[in-house]
Amino acid sequence: MIEVKNLTKKFGSHLSLDSVSCTFDIGESIALMGANGAGKTTLIRSILGYYHPDGGEVLINGQNPIKERTNVLKDISFVPQLPPPIKLSIEELMHYISVSADVDKELIKHYANEMKLDINENMSKSFFKLSGGMKQKLLIAISLAKKSNIIIYDEPTANLDPKARDDFYRLLEQNEEPKTLLFVTHRLEEVKELVNRQIYMDMGKIFSDEVF
Amino acid sequence: MKNLSLIAYLDLKESIRAKWFIVYSLVFGGLIALFFIAGVTESQVMGFSGLSRLLLMYIQITIVILPIFILITTVRSISGDRDNHILEYMLSFPISLKHYYWGKIIGRFITVYLPVLFAMVIAIIFGAIKGAAIPWSIFFLYTGLLFSLSSTFLGIAFFISSFVKSSEVALGIAFFIWIFLLAFIDIALISLMLQQRMNEGVILFIALINPMELFRVAAISLFDPELTVMGPVAFYILDLMSQGIFVLVAIGYPLLLGLMFATFGFVIFKKKDLV
Repeated sequence: MIEVKNLTKKFGSHLSLDSVSCTFDIGESIALMGANGAGKTTLIRSILGYYHPDGGEVLINGQNPIKERTNVLKDISFVPQLPPPIKLSIEELMHYISVSADVDKELIKHYANEMKLDINENMSKSFFKLSGGMKQKLLIAISLAKKSNIIIYDEPTANLDPKARDDFYRLLEQNEEPKTLLFVTHRLEEVKELVNRQIYMDMGKIFSDEVF
Repeated sequence: MKNLSLIAYLDLKESIRAKWFIVYSLVFGGLIALFFIAGVTESQVMGFSGLSRLLLMYIQITIVILPIFILITTVRSISGDRDNHILEYMLSFPISLKHYYWGKIIGRFITVYLPVLFAMVIAIIFGAIKGAAIPWSIFFLYTGLLFSLSSTFLGIAFFISSFVKSSEVALGIAFFIWIFLLAFIDIALISLMLQQRMNEGVILFIALINPMELFRVAAISLFDPELTVMGPVAFYILDLMSQGIFVLVAIGYPLLLGLMFATFGFVIFKKKDLV
C-alpha cells in the first residue's frame, strides 16, 4: 500500500508537487496521466525515495522510502521510460539484481523468453548495446521476476512493437498475485484494459481521480 | 557487506573494460618502458643512478599526471550516472546508499591504483633481470605515497561528483583543483615569497597542506634526507619534525584528507535528492 500525504516538492522556485495526497491499495491498477511537467515523474521518484520532500510524506506499507530504503525497495519494481545506458553486460546486470534483490536469474530468463527476447545469446553483450526494444523487454522481464507487490511502469511500451506490447499485457494479466500497478502514461487507450483507476495530474496537483 | 563487494566488483569490471583504463595503464606502463629504452638506469644525475633514478623520474612525472587522471576519470562516476539516468534505475533495487557509494569508491580505487603500482613492479622485475640493485626502501616509500595520493584525489573526485548535477561542471571543477594545487607547488609560492607579502611560516604551511607538495618533498627525502636540494625550506621542515615523522605525515595526511573528502561526499550524496 502506498500512502502519499500532503506531499510537496519544490525545485528552486518551481513547485513540482503541491500538497498531493492519495492512496494506492493492493489490487489497484492505476493510470497516472498528465501533461509534461504535471508532476508525474516527481511523484514516482518520491515514492521510490529519490527525492527529499519539502512537505508531507510518503509511506510504503507504513515505511518511509528514504529512511527504510532497502526494506521498501524489496517490494517495488520499477521500469523507467527510457532504458538507461548501463555499461554492464547482461550477465553482470542480472548478477547485480540477483544479489541485491534476491531475484532468481532463471525467472528473469523465463520472462525474457515470454517477451520473445533470447537472453542466452546476448549474456556477454553490454546492456547499452542492445536495441531499444530489447532493453525495454529485459527491464520488463526483470520487473516481473522480482515478484514485487508494487510495480511502477513509466511509459513501459514506448519502445515496444505491437507484438511485444501484446506479450507484455498478456504477462501482466497472467499475474496471479494481487499487486499495486502504477502506469505513467500519455495514452490511456494502451493500458485501458489493465487499469481500474485513472488519475490525472496538472500543475503539481491531482486534477481528477476516477475509479472504474 | 555482500552488496558493498558487489558494487566494488561490478565497478571494477566496468572500469577495466573502459577505454580510459587502457590509456591510463598504457601511460604508466609506457613511462617505465620508455625510461628503460632511453637508458635512464645507466645514467647518473645529481648522484642518482640505476633503478633509484628511474623511480625518481617516474614519481616526478606521476605527481603531475596521476591527480588529473584520477580526477577526470572519477569525477563523473556518480554525476555521470545521475546525468544519464543510470542511478535512477540501479538505485531502484534494495541497495543501501552507503554500500553503493563506498562500493564505487573501493572499485575505483583498485582501478586507479593498480596500474601505477604494477608499472613500478614491472620496473623492479626488469631492473632485477638486468642485474641492477633494487632500492626496496624507495619502492616501499613510493608504494605508500602513491596509495595516499590516489586516496586524496579519489576522495576529492567523489566529493565533487556527489554535489555536481552535470558531469561537464564536475570536469571543470576537477581541472581547476588540479591546476590550483599544481600552481601552489612552485609558481604561486615562489611569487608569494618573492613579493615577501607573507611570512615564511605561512608559506611553508600552505606548501605542506598541499598533498602534491607533500608527496614531492617526501619522494626526494629518501635520496636526500637533509633535503638539501630544496634549499632553505628544508630547514623549516626538518626543524619541525624528523625525516621519519615527515614521511609518516606525508603518507598519513593525504590519506586522511581523501577519507575526509569522501565522507563529506557521502553525507551530501545521502542528504541530497538522488536524481
